[in-house]
Amino acid sequence: MARHEAFDGGEETRQRITFTIDGEKITAFAGQSILEAADAAGIYIPRLCDVEGLDPQGSCRVCTVKVNSRPVASCVHPVSADDVVENDTEEIRRWRRDLIKMLLHEGNHLCPICEASGRCELQAMAARFETLEPDLYPYLQPVRPVDASHPDIMLDTNRCIRCGRCIRASRDVDRKYVFGYIGRGIHKRVGVNATDLAHTRIDLDDAAASLETCPVGCIIRKRVGFFAPIGRRQFDLQAPGDEIEKRKGEGK
Amino acid sequence: MKRIATVSLAGCFGCHMSLLDIDERIVDLLKLVEFDRSPLNDLKSFTGRCDIGFIEGSCCNEENVATLREFRKQCQLLVGVGQCAIMGGLPVMRNAIMHSDEPLLECLEESFTHGPGVYNPSNEIPNDPALPLLLDRVYLCSEVVRLDYVIPGCPPSGDLLWEVLSALVLDKPIHIPPWMVKYD
Amino acid sequence: MVNVVCSKFNSDRGRLIDILLDIQSTARHISEEAIEEVASALGIHRVEVEGVVTFYSFFSQTPKGRVAIRLCDDIIDRHAGAEAVGQVFSEALGIGYGQTSTDGRFSLDKTACIGMSDQAPAALINNEVAPSLTPDTARRIALRLVQGMPPESLFEDFGDGNNSHPLIRSAVNNNIRLIGDILLAGDIESGKGLERAFALTPERVVEEISGSGLRGRGGAGFPTGKKLALARAFPAQRRFVICNADEGEPGTFKDRVLLTERAELLFDGMTIAAYAIGASEGILYLRAEYSYLRGYLEEILARRRASGLLGGEIHGSKGFGFDIRIQMGAGAYICGEESALISSCEGLRGEPKNRPPFPVEKGYLGYPTVVNNVETLCNISRIMERGGAWFASYGTGQSAGTKLLSVSGDCGKPGVYEAPFGLRVRELLEMVEADNPAIVQVGGPSGAMIGKVDFDRRICFEDLPTGGAVMVFGARRNALKIVDAFLEFFIDESCGYCTPCRVGNVFLQERIQKIMNGFGETGDMDYLESLSRTITATSRCGLGATSSRPVTSSIQQFPLVYASLTKEPKDGLHAGFDIQRGLEISRKIARRQSMIYDRRYGEEDGQA
Repeated sequence: MARHEAFDGGEETRQRITFTIDGEKITAFAGQSILEAADAAGIYIPRLCDVEGLDPQGSCRVCTVKVNSRPVASCVHPVSADDVVENDTEEIRRWRRDLIKMLLHEGNHLCPICEASGRCELQAMAARFETLEPDLYPYLQPVRPVDASHPDIMLDTNRCIRCGRCIRASRDVDRKYVFGYIGRGIHKRVGVNATDLAHTRIDLDDAAASLETCPVGCIIRKRVGFFAPIGRRQFDLQAPGDEIEKRKGEGK
Repeated sequence: MKRIATVSLAGCFGCHMSLLDIDERIVDLLKLVEFDRSPLNDLKSFTGRCDIGFIEGSCCNEENVATLREFRKQCQLLVGVGQCAIMGGLPVMRNAIMHSDEPLLECLEESFTHGPGVYNPSNEIPNDPALPLLLDRVYLCSEVVRLDYVIPGCPPSGDLLWEVLSALVLDKPIHIPPWMVKYD
Repeated sequence: MVNVVCSKFNSDRGRLIDILLDIQSTARHISEEAIEEVASALGIHRVEVEGVVTFYSFFSQTPKGRVAIRLCDDIIDRHAGAEAVGQVFSEALGIGYGQTSTDGRFSLDKTACIGMSDQAPAALINNEVAPSLTPDTARRIALRLVQGMPPESLFEDFGDGNNSHPLIRSAVNNNIRLIGDILLAGDIESGKGLERAFALTPERVVEEISGSGLRGRGGAGFPTGKKLALARAFPAQRRFVICNADEGEPGTFKDRVLLTERAELLFDGMTIAAYAIGASEGILYLRAEYSYLRGYLEEILARRRASGLLGGEIHGSKGFGFDIRIQMGAGAYICGEESALISSCEGLRGEPKNRPPFPVEKGYLGYPTVVNNVETLCNISRIMERGGAWFASYGTGQSAGTKLLSVSGDCGKPGVYEAPFGLRVRELLEMVEADNPAIVQVGGPSGAMIGKVDFDRRICFEDLPTGGAVMVFGARRNALKIVDAFLEFFIDESCGYCTPCRVGNVFLQERIQKIMNGFGETGDMDYLESLSRTITATSRCGLGATSSRPVTSSIQQFPLVYASLTKEPKDGLHAGFDIQRGLEISRKIARRQSMIYDRRYGEEDGQA
């Protein structure tokens, strides 16, 4: 799937421009998102709702950077020539930390009992921005029913961070539209396209049900829980963004 | 010499077990600190003011509250240790399973009289006067007192506890590498 | 029934809001079955329909009464006695808020500001407005409703001006208090501006508007001429002009008066804007709360079609065609944000879109779209009629023209004032006969909260910008209660798309309530300011960017209020935690006292 329809003309025809991230000069294609350009250059901008292979949505705001002094979500903001982007500054780290904490406090993130522990992007991101300062935010402790109706897949939206990755994966990759947003404001949540998950067309092979899609433990595959032993889970072995930062210097 | 106190409120003592995981470093530690009230030495009340208090667990009954308040009074720095102290951990799940008009009663009945797998011919909820009264819901430590620091994890590893404790004892800045924070 | 409704709108997915409004008004709710039927009739997914149904507050999944009473619940109405009025309705109809009577006749709800703050407290009874309520009038209304009188027949005395027009017949009053030269003047002849515009090329029309210095009247103040020029310049097959009549900012009601009294001028303005950018289609997005004006506006549109002022080729335009449809809103403040409004017109959840691309390039259905406020479009007509220079002779350097102000609250003369930009707050307060004013909210909840030290500031884009709302609060009002009410509003109205606005506002309110309840601690202000900074910087649209302003501006303007309510926590113990309350239930269940917290354990009156 083309991440940005505007680039259908092919790479050769795209205009190359330069801009800076934290003072470092970066080459990019005009119209490419800041986050994509940064990824290609081996600079990791933390993100939760954005994932490779899906159209960006710009909802978690963790990827917020400053472009020419103005804050924008880098996953949906096209880069322009000579943009001055700030990414890893004290102020922006503070925003990101606040946003991660908001998500942690909004849901019930009981890491000790969660199957996604060790491969959870929210958990890994929290560790990245962890401080020893005590939490000041209240915990909202939501009580939402768990949908265990489906034989293979379970949905616990108490852990959902509204990233919409399952919605986009099901809609754009699987072409099934199993998920969609319902409600608004603090009551906004992910709903299913039927009375319950068992009555949708979701399947274990769907991109929407894949391990890469749900960044937390909201979509759970039954009977395969805790499949990776402690010490060999995704984020035991590497931190989010490691593979992007490895690109630095390679094939630049 | 710094004086340290530790306690487990509504927790599983896992964080205390983890503290023992600092292994032989405890010998170094004991050169620098003196343990006051703590399950580690079975001292059940304070002998005097302490520099650092380690709190494991959250507050699910009145005794937890009284203990926590006592720790706040006696300790210069109060450190919440582990997920239960920070966000309630497993005990806080009680807050999510109480739905009726009498949520606490419902919870007790499910545990002791009507719950699946419960065999209790007397049909009574344990109510010995020595049992502390339960709170209407589980409260986080930070709702009851001011905490100065928290150490995330379930449990925080011995290495992480050592990192933080040694920094606090030596009055050095604390830094937690992300890979040290684990929940298993 | 559902299929009939869907075919009425050609089973057009883009008209989903209209379809659901129809179903809601007939069936009084939108059931699971209806959701499935609509989805299959439109060929879309059930969860898409459910997403829309659960987004707008005028849709309900459980049955509302055949007579649905919605009591306006903004802070002005609360101060004016809404609670007592609600109590009367509740007792007379035997239902509480959020309930529907068992016979299905009545339901009672609270709703966000319905645009009647100058005649508060007010309520919507189905589509009818019941303004200036007192417990007595509420009792009379309730009695008539119980006796079976239809809501349309409740009122015999109609309001001033067109409010008594046969197609409106509403008890609402315009309350025009100050007549300016540009929009409320008595001698305005509609059609003149349109005529002059057609005599010019579209480029010249854009130039004239640019030259006038007109800026958007919704609050943000984007230069209108520039917006038109951008939409005109972007290559496209179709273009759209949308009038934003989703006047949802609490305390704003001036667009309601313009819609009532200056509808022709507005449609002239839309037509001129369309001519300027080359649009052939226009939409008037009318908030659900103003449904009572719909019939009247439709009739004017029909008349304009009949007289050649709308349609295939507009009279005097040499081949230019343009028509307007009315899109009803369904109860969502966020739809006042232009890209959210476009989403709503497309039959989607009213969530803002990612920008860039901006609506002037990719707006409604992906085509260049100009979205302008009612007042802005009316101004366009007058600029074309009298010239940009005439218009610019009013106001200040950066803020040309006049501004309609909706004044409400503790003052003798609430209503609509048309004053040139640059008016000082103090001058306005005198004019409105403010009653010992202590706090003035300029621009509604998302605007600035100012105290006496700032009463010499000017209302204009250079100093205090406003979409029109000016709320006056007397010295007896509690600043924190006002802040709390505004936060409640933002929490209810946040679309929930982005993290900071969805979650952060809830946290702001939690802390404000903690302070209000007497448990404030000295660190709380720093916490609130730091949280506000994050919400403002990282939110996706204007709602989140401004939602914390009541907090930050009240801390800045009324530090003593906060200081008096916060103290250093004693011994590090949080005052907000009440052990006695926490033990109450347990004492009852265990039938004993606390060994720790009941001092004379074992004695008769242990808790004493």
